Amino acid sequence: MTKTINVTVNGTMHTLDVEPRLLLVHMIREVLNLTGTHIGCDTSSCGACTILMDGKSIKSCTVLAVQADGKSVATIEGLAPEGGPLHPLQEGFKENHGLHCGFCTPGMIMRCVEMLQHNNNPTEEEIRWGISGNLCRCTGYNNIVKAVIWAGAKMRGEETPSTEPEFV
Amino acid sequence: MIAQSFQYESPGTLAEAIALLNQYGDEAKVLSGGHSLIPMMKLRFATPGYLIDINKIPGLSDIREEGGYIRIGALVRESQLEHSDLLAKKFPIFRDVTKLIADPQVRNMGTLGGNLAHGDAANDHPAVMLALGAKVVITGADGAREVPIDEFFFGFYATAVQQGEILTEIRLPVPPHGTGSAYHKLERKVGDYATSGVAVQLTIGQDGKVTAVGIGLTNVNPVPLRASRSEEALIGKPLTEESIALAATYASEDCSPSSDLRGSEEYKRHVTGVLVKRMILKAAERATL
Repeated sequence: MTKTINVTVNGTMHTLDVEPRLLLVHMIREVLNLTGTHIGCDTSSCGACTILMDGKSIKSCTVLAVQADGKSVATIEGLAPEGGPLHPLQEGFKENHGLHCGFCTPGMIMRCVEMLQHNNNPTEEEIRWGISGNLCRCTGYNNIVKAVIWAGAKMRGEETPSTEPEFV
Repeated sequence: MIAQSFQYESPGTLAEAIALLNQYGDEAKVLSGGHSLIPMMKLRFATPGYLIDINKIPGLSDIREEGGYIRIGALVRESQLEHSDLLAKKFPIFRDVTKLIADPQVRNMGTLGGNLAHGDAANDHPAVMLALGAKVVITGADGAREVPIDEFFFGFYATAVQQGEILTEIRLPVPPHGTGSAYHKLERKVGDYATSGVAVQLTIGQDGKVTAVGIGLTNVNPVPLRASRSEEALIGKPLTEESIALAATYASEDCSPSSDLRGSEEYKRHVTGVLVKRMILKAAERATL
């Protein structure tokens, strides 16, 4: 038996008939065709499916679509306007090589959106704890941390740090 | 992974939710944060026919102080516990424990009520609740009843919450001045279940003697364990190297861990003793602040 839900995704309201067992990530990817949100582990470990629900970062593989009824969802596609300037985090990841294969990136960025909303000047330690629910198997995290620091500076309107690669 | 089909209900009142639970019997499960239940449903370890989502019920999402207790609603998220100034002031242990539970996204969904009602000795909050002497409020068709935490955990995935009932509130007695609390767990990686975890709350009187103490252990026993002999080793005496060492030894003797991927039984007993000692010292340090 399906259930009718009203959910706003990236500012657009959708009325959908969904099976209660449909996962939010499947609704996003397969019903709304927003494939920027990825499925990695499918067990709430890797964070690739991270989106915002009512402004809070959550793992959409472990939430049912029916739980999003009446709520507002934000995915990576809604972060910057089509053809417009990138979000500071997107720019930060680009400038600092915060990604290699890119699979973890949408989830990583959506998680950091909430983190920087709470505190746009986090320490390196706070960033590492903040992304502890997001796995990246390429970068070794250092450039991701740099990208978040860079984005924080940009959002505060301060001079952004050097993007020269570090050799360690 | 997709769960088996079920019927979904999201009642707007507690009375309606309890009526649905009574109507559907043991085919129904309560959905709170869902971060233990939904993974189990996806793996089809849990196959409820009916899911009763309590998230739309008002009045279950607050942390407040009333009548000598801190009252925490069943729907209070881990992230609320993590950032509550009221809790941080009365129970510094919450900053310790929440940071070690899963990760920020999971903490945005997971609830204290669900963590307890799941009845898993591997979860972190049961030990903390034992240390703090919590009372759990369970509501059914005949009204609410208050269950002391020592009578709450029955066994693996079994608690005092009976069919047709919902865990609705957690009550923590506000401790007197001179009280400190601390939690730590050894984990293989961030967000893992504990290899061993220890929660301690103790009160030190003007004369330097321990007037109250609670010690709870995580994931080293089939059910969440109160380290009673360790508590007795400390109560009524000043904290000394000897009394702390005795408390640590008792805890490592009285727990009953099983050997698994996280370590051997012997190793877990050892780690439990070490953590008991460290958490007593940390709680005592905080008690004098």
